Amino acid sequence: MSAAPQAPTAAALRVTALSKSYGGNTVLRDITIDIRRGETLCLIGPSGSGKSTLLKCLNLLEAPDSGEIWLGETCLTAPRADVDAARARIGMVFQHFNLFPHLSVERNVTLALTSVKGMGREQARQTALRRLDAVGLAGFADRRPAQLSGGQQQRVAIARALAMEPEVMLFDEATSALDPELVKDVLAVMRDLASGGMTMAVVTHEMGFAREAADRVAFMCDGHLAEIDTPDRIFESADHPRLRQFLSQVL
Amino acid sequence: MALSSSPDLASNALVNTFFDGDLIARTFPRLITEGLLNTVVIASGAIVVGVLIALLAAMLLLSDRWWIRLPARLYVDVFRGLPVIITVMLVGVGLPAAGIRPFGTDPFGYAILAIGIISGAYTAEIFRSGIQSVDPGQLQAARSLGLSYLKAMRLVVVPQGIRRVLPAMAGQFVKDIKESSLVYLLGLAAGQRELYFIAQEEVARTYNSSPLIAAGLCYLSLTIPMTYLVNRLDRRLREGPHRRAPASVEPDLPQPPVPSTAGEPR
Repeated sequence: MSAAPQAPTAAALRVTALSKSYGGNTVLRDITIDIRRGETLCLIGPSGSGKSTLLKCLNLLEAPDSGEIWLGETCLTAPRADVDAARARIGMVFQHFNLFPHLSVERNVTLALTSVKGMGREQARQTALRRLDAVGLAGFADRRPAQLSGGQQQRVAIARALAMEPEVMLFDEATSALDPELVKDVLAVMRDLASGGMTMAVVTHEMGFAREAADRVAFMCDGHLAEIDTPDRIFESADHPRLRQFLSQVL
Repeated sequence: MALSSSPDLASNALVNTFFDGDLIARTFPRLITEGLLNTVVIASGAIVVGVLIALLAAMLLLSDRWWIRLPARLYVDVFRGLPVIITVMLVGVGLPAAGIRPFGTDPFGYAILAIGIISGAYTAEIFRSGIQSVDPGQLQAARSLGLSYLKAMRLVVVPQGIRRVLPAMAGQFVKDIKESSLVYLLGLAAGQRELYFIAQEEVARTYNSSPLIAAGLCYLSLTIPMTYLVNRLDRRLREGPHRRAPASVEPDLPQPPVPSTAGEPR
């Protein structure tokens, strides 16, 4: 413990000098970034820039090659870190929802409550119904995921993650797989969360969302964290050439 | 002599040899009261043993580390590659001769073990392919919620993987039922005789093959309904539970089953 690095302070999630490569292909180079408590940080950048890999490193779904990740006072990259316990404190929402198709909507939400948190079945059920109600899907508890639209599935996935009462929520292109008319319901839920003070890291191609809902926007390219600033500065007065090029393509 | 009547005689002989109604009727009571139960005991025991071994072997086969995969790979290759009769003899005659007698002198235990070992080798590959066909995002989602690898596999990945291979498993269960007849090789006491043994005794006594037809019908009465049951379960799981389904929805005739040999290498 004497050699342990200094614990961070205000950051909900702190990343220092994170690198990751697949074979000879380096996808993350020396990333250092803080996600502050209560802030919404949007990660933007061209595809292949490493945004999704960075997000998946944050809860160790991808193992970083070097660098450190701190969740509050807990170092996730320490050799004997309890990764499962840390993941229970970090919610994640995936591009393709990844609901469990063999379980009812309600059981999707209660599975981790009962089998990770050890909550009783009835209490878990009440929690699930409350969380489903909060995303407008209280009447869908007994359905199977396949009986829901993509937008509804993604809102269930958000309810599933929130039911664990995470300290941080990670969104990995949560609206990219949705039909355009279904995007806005999911974005509305995410906006509510952001304004409710949840700490969020959001990989997104929705520049409108990044502009309105983000406290800060980080621009990634070629595995580097190229820019990080307020949405106004990123979108209105970008001076990084790659960022200007990227914005001219997506806006 | 009466050349014209010889085709009649021949066809009579054919009918009498295979379809002697009296003999079939006399064999049936013993087949049903003694044989059917013993066959079901051996077959279901072998299926349970096979599924348990297969679950373990499939998990090992899915490991990232070669030295964990290796023993499972060897097990699968050896017991899928050996003739069933050799495995049954090695386990049922070889083990007791070597002084390893976990089941004493009861041939049932050895038969269940031998057929279970073979069944497990096939079923392990069926499970492995089913589990591997589950979207990796399912494991990621389960892990992201804090589930350990084993919990995520047990609650999320394996249940989905097994559902996908139910028709292939039905084929394997049919094979297990049929191969239960090989307990015959190990010798059976009165009261232990299964379907084939009873039929074979009758054939030896009467020099008429009709008892084999009777036993065959008994096997079919097990294997065909089981295939249909599993396929129906498969359809049920695919379509989700039918809640408040009207009673008249069930069709009178079962649908043709999915080919149940899908998972068997031939």
